[in-house]
This record gives sequence, structure tokens and C-alpha cells, in this order.
Amino acid sequence: MLKILKYSFFDLMRSRWSYVYFIFYLALGFVLLFLNNDLNKAVITLMNIIIVLTPLIGTIFGVMYYYNSKEFTELLLAQPINRNKIFMGQYLGISLSLTLSLVLGLGIPFIGYGLFKSAVIFDFSLLLIAGSFLNFIFVALSYNIALSTDNKIKGFGYAILMWLFLAVIYDGIFLISLLMFNEYPLDKFSLIATMFNPIDLSRILILLKLDISALLGYTGAVFRMFFGTSFGMVISIFILALWVILPVFRMNFKLKKKDF
Amino acid sequence: MIEFKNLHKKFGKLIVLDGLDLKITKGGIFAVLGPNGSGKTTLIKSLLGMVIPNKGDIFLNGKSVLKKWDYRNNLNYLPQIANFPPNLSVIELIDMVKNLRPKKANEQELIKLLGLQAFLNKKLGTLSGGTKQKVNLVLTFMFDSELIILDEPTTGLDPIALIHLKEIIKKEKGKGKTILITTHIMSVVEELADEIVFLLDGKIYFKGSIEALKKQTDNDNLEHAIANLISKQYA
Repeated sequence: MLKILKYSFFDLMRSRWSYVYFIFYLALGFVLLFLNNDLNKAVITLMNIIIVLTPLIGTIFGVMYYYNSKEFTELLLAQPINRNKIFMGQYLGISLSLTLSLVLGLGIPFIGYGLFKSAVIFDFSLLLIAGSFLNFIFVALSYNIALSTDNKIKGFGYAILMWLFLAVIYDGIFLISLLMFNEYPLDKFSLIATMFNPIDLSRILILLKLDISALLGYTGAVFRMFFGTSFGMVISIFILALWVILPVFRMNFKLKKKDF
Repeated sequence: MIEFKNLHKKFGKLIVLDGLDLKITKGGIFAVLGPNGSGKTTLIKSLLGMVIPNKGDIFLNGKSVLKKWDYRNNLNYLPQIANFPPNLSVIELIDMVKNLRPKKANEQELIKLLGLQAFLNKKLGTLSGGTKQKVNLVLTFMFDSELIILDEPTTGLDPIALIHLKEIIKKEKGKGKTILITTHIMSVVEELADEIVFLLDGKIYFKGSIEALKKQTDNDNLEHAIANLISKQYA
């Protein structure tokens, strides 16, 4: 598996798109710090971008890599390697190279700006951890979609829909249901609904660490009571991990019966 | 050496293999023929473990191969379409495949024979279809395995490369290897094949030597003899 991982990783690290992605984050980091002149504010702006963008890029890279390397995967399947290992290697290769682009692209400008001497280092690391989780989650989800859909165009469509649903539509439904049922106690509902969407979960997790949760009103207080504690933090990370493990598990299950 | 037993495979509603039984003995060149969509590639891919049959079993040297993978160390496969990661160079790809198999490889000889020296450091994405097929050939033949499976090996090759390919195949046969070929080029079959396996409607319709086929269809020309077999499907 490590060999496949290595080659997928290097193949991707050499592709133009990894550089574009890396340079985008690098430029974003520098521009934000230049405009804001404040690490703390830059972290908040970055969060808004990362929370939407990393899932989108992870989704697109995942489906694109799967469909583009299909014939090559077939060549690997004819080699004496377990097929699960081939796909796990590819999956980890994509996720790691995307994560590397993210961490290096944002890390370099922030370190240059004196991150290590500032108090936001914890918030910033949390941001990167959430971004990395989102990479792993969305590459796994998109790989699942690609494995279940032989038609490239359909696979792409489903993957983008999945992203759109989790990044935009889910929030819409969530908000509407909060409005509709605002006579009922909704704190438990909102807590649980947040858990079912990795994007929301990461957003809340970071927001609450940023000490701006006062803006969120009563629900914010409930959330703060939950996520603000180390217990809430552990639970959230655990659920993010579940969002990685379950799709990966389904991938391995699907592979047992898949024809190539 | 290879035995397919009552093999069934459906893709959705389409029945591709319908209770296929086939025994292939060790040594020699077997041409797997049949009209488009007769299940040649499916048959080969089930042997490779890429397609998972609905029913039936496949034995290689007496051992079932279903759900296993280590047996593939003892076979070489040339896929129909060669498409490699565009960002790797030829030599990196060859090294990678070598790295994946715990076996000795003699790629240098093949690279020389097929004239690939000038391309070794080129990115695979920049190569032409025929050159990619040559790389594909190197990857397939560089290992010494008992069983060699070639799916449309002649695609995109220029005449000289084709001659070299035939030489390579004959040389491998001389070493006592078992070689399975699928192709639509009858001259290749006529020149190389010891035995023909003809698939129709997911079953073996004919198995035997070229002479036997010619005799059965009452036709001196192999191309016409095969056309004769296929035309029964169109009738």
C-alpha cells in the first residue's frame, strides 16, 4: 500500500493543479495578512474560505483522480497486490498531497508573520486540523461516489451535488427548520444536526475557539457549553474521524464486489 | 493449467458469460476469438480477478483464484488500452511496476528491441498511442511468468514493432509458457496460435486447432472460417 501511496502522491505533487492549489493558499495567506495586518482577523476570514473551499477541491480532485487513472488502476489490479491496498494507497495519496498544499500554503505566510510568537497559534492549528479533516472526508466521499458510478459525467455531477448539499443546502434546510420550529427547544436538535454535517461541525468548532461565540446568542451559549469544553472538542474530533472512517469502510466493502 | 468451471457473469441484465467451461493445458498459444461483446475480455478479466463472476470457479494449477491476489505474481497481463499517469516518466513507471512485483525483470533487452531508449525520460502524457503500447509491452514481458495474457496486443503498433512483438511471443512460447491472446487480426492468429477458442453467447462455441476449424467450416481461409462462425450469430 505504501508503494501505491508513494506513487500517487508523487504523481499528484508533480501535477500542475497541486501547484495551483498550493500557490492559491500561499497568495491567500499573504494577501489576507497584508490587508488585515492582524493574525486573529486573518484566521476568521481564512476559516470562511477553508470551510467551503477544501471540501470542494477535495471532491473535485477525488473524482478527477479516480476517473483519470482508471486504466492505470486496471494495470495495477493485474499486479499481485490486494485491490483494497491499491485504492487505499490512492486515497491516502490524494488526501495527503492536498493536505500538504493546504498546510504549507497557509503555514508559510503565517509563520513569516510571526505565528509562533502570537496567541493565535492554537486557533490556527485548529483551522489546519479541521481543513485536513475536510480534505480526508471529502476525498473519501467523492471516491465512494466515483466507485459507485461508472459514468464519468454522472459521477462528477453527483460529487458536486454532494458538496453543494453539505456546503449550502444543508444549512438552508437547517435554518428553515430552526425558523419553523422556533417555539420548541432546539438546542439539542441543532447540536445533533451540526454533527451530521462535517462542514458545519468544523465551522462551529473553529468559531467557538475564536471567542466570537457571543455573537451567536442563546444557541451560541449552548454550543459553547458543549464544544467549548475539552469533552466537546474530543467528541467533535471523534465525529470528524468517523466521517473519514465510515466512507473508507464503505469503499472497502464496495471494492469486494466491484468489476473493472 | 487453467480451468474455468460453469462461469456465469451478468452486467445488469446483459448476460456475458453463461455457464462457460474451459480447460487450457500448459504450454502453447491460445487465441481467444469471438465477435464484439462475446465476453473475451470478461473471461480474461475474471481470470485476473478484475471481474468477479456471479457463479462458477476458476482454477489455476489446481487452486481456486477467486478472492485471491498473490497468484497474479505468476502471470503477466497486457491490458487493451494503455493509459498511464501522465506525470510519470517511462523509466519511473517501469521502476514502479518492478518495485511492485517481487521478481527479477529484464526490461533493458525489451527497451532496446522496441527502440524505447530515447523515450525513457519523457513524460508518459506526451507519448503517442503506439509508443504507449510499446511501454505497455515492456511492462508485460519484462517478467518471467508461466502465464501471459494479451488483450489486443497489436493495437497502434507500427509494422516493425508488430514483427518484434511476434518474435517476442514466439520466444516466450519456446520457453514453454502458456499464452492467451485476444485479437481481431486474423493474420496474427494464423501465424501464432496453436489452438483457437471461439466464444459465442457466453459459451465456448469451438475449441481446437486452426486446421480443425477450417475443416469444420469447410473453408480454406481462416478469416472466412471465423466469419462463418460469427455469421451464425447474425442469422
